Amino acid sequence: MSALIEFRDVVFAYARPAERRARAFAFPGLSFAIERGEIFGVIGPNSAGKTSLLRLLTRVVRPQRGEIRLDGRPLEALPPWELARAIAVVPQDAPRPFPFTVAQLVLMGRYPHAPRRFFEDAADVAAARAAMLATETLPLGALPLDQLSGGERQRALLARALAQEPRLLVLETAALLRRLNRESGMTILLVSHDLNLAAELCDRLLLLRAGEIARAGAPIDVLEQGLLEDVFGCRVIVDKSASGRPVVQLAYDRG
Amino acid sequence: MNDARRLVSVLAALAVVLLALGVAALFVGSAGLSPAAVARALAGRAEASSVEAIVTLSLRLPRVAVAVLAGGALAVAGVGFQALTRNPLAEPSVLGVSSGAAFGVVLAQILGLQAGVVAALGVAVFAFAGALLAASVVYLVATAPGGLAVQTLLLAGVIVGIFFSAAITVIISLVDFNRLSGVIHWLLGNLAPIPAASLALFAALAAGGMWLILTRARELNLLALGEEAASQLGVDAERLKRQVFIAAALLTGTVVAFTGPIGFVGLIVPHVLRGLVGHDNRLLVPTSALAGGAFLLAADTLARNVVAPAELSVGVITAFCGAPFFVWVLRTRSRPA
Repeated sequence: MSALIEFRDVVFAYARPAERRARAFAFPGLSFAIERGEIFGVIGPNSAGKTSLLRLLTRVVRPQRGEIRLDGRPLEALPPWELARAIAVVPQDAPRPFPFTVAQLVLMGRYPHAPRRFFEDAADVAAARAAMLATETLPLGALPLDQLSGGERQRALLARALAQEPRLLVLETAALLRRLNRESGMTILLVSHDLNLAAELCDRLLLLRAGEIARAGAPIDVLEQGLLEDVFGCRVIVDKSASGRPVVQLAYDRG
Repeated sequence: MNDARRLVSVLAALAVVLLALGVAALFVGSAGLSPAAVARALAGRAEASSVEAIVTLSLRLPRVAVAVLAGGALAVAGVGFQALTRNPLAEPSVLGVSSGAAFGVVLAQILGLQAGVVAALGVAVFAFAGALLAASVVYLVATAPGGLAVQTLLLAGVIVGIFFSAAITVIISLVDFNRLSGVIHWLLGNLAPIPAASLALFAALAAGGMWLILTRARELNLLALGEEAASQLGVDAERLKRQVFIAAALLTGTVVAFTGPIGFVGLIVPHVLRGLVGHDNRLLVPTSALAGGAFLLAADTLARNVVAPAELSVGVITAFCGAPFFVWVLRTRSRPA
């Protein structure tokens, strides 16, 4: 059986790098796979390619060469709504002002399941309700998103992604991640700056450096002192947490 | 579902209001007909050449139809532009799109397109092209890396509007005044009865534009998440934007071609309705079509009776309502939440 997600020698660069970042960024040839049911973490310093990886995966941008496969099928072959039924992204935030209520937001996640339907049907409402129940946002349903606290807002955005009933959930924050994985067996892709959070939660990590894989594997193999110092350009200490996972600290010179 | 039921009940209420206003508009006017005479004409029991038949059936009735069509089209165009730009102040006249369309109409008139349904279609095509041109310029000016800047968009609209108004003035100055006798009056935004064939053309174009925006209403909701998030939900954001953009320009151009530039309908009507049905475009588009018609019909009935036997331009009434409204929306919106 093929992996859920597979990157095969993906080559990508932005057409106009100046618009993105000062430094030209590119993936010279990226290969990795995400297996079903795992929590897969992508980590790395700024402009290592974390966001670009995510945009490639959701086909916001397309690779110049190479191929991305979902369940063994090339991403290019899928209609947009089919891709959206498979992969849901929890954004870091919604635009402000955002005029809709929490319930309206969550129902937007049902669009890819019936793009031609004008109003959502009872099954859509039931799926949205389940997503709101799982994220404890059901009591907030009638409130405008803009009236929520930061944490409530995050949970509402998560509920919208869950309402998509995806096979892969892409997160940039860790709220409820472990529980979702354990209870639903959902495959999760966590994109994070926070090395320790990723180490604690993920089954496998992918460490990026300027578009290339610095290392991939179990957290204990990836979060290695020499490698991290090299990639992030600062001195670190790697320790172990109570659960046996690696913990990374910045090393300060005490002179 | 719940939303569908809500939509039906609001639409039914608006239809009743619209019908009542339509009937009222048929019975009032400077001709001083008695209600009985109007009723006689409506029932077809008046002679075709009688004053009451001509005034009621050839003047008032088509004018009511024009008001309902134009108001609905402008309000729906406003909803479309607002969803595209994520800005509740975006509207055909504020964005300068009406001025672009007006320029197209003036151009068509000096090229000799005057009467008849074919000429009307030609004028509408010119108006559509002008609307599209103005909207494109505004869009390009206001698009910065990272999206549309709200204030820049409004300023770009004002500038484009001024530019096209100046271009119209140039044409008027250069051309023999007699050939453009009606232009000044028309430029103020006037509802005049138009022949049945042209009215049918107007209705068809308006219905086409409104239908296009209505069927994209659900996708327009998703656009509020941002283009990238919308495309991650399976919306072809580029195609959606292009379609709604063209539909809103078509509605604006059509209205301007048949009635002249009437401002602010697309601002006032959707804004009031948001207080009633919320921000869901699936409710907003169809209710705006009816409420826009009702609003412009009321404004026009006022315009032709308030200084009778003279007439005000309906554009004057909508501008008097719209200008303070614009300021109010601007102030309440820019206040920190």
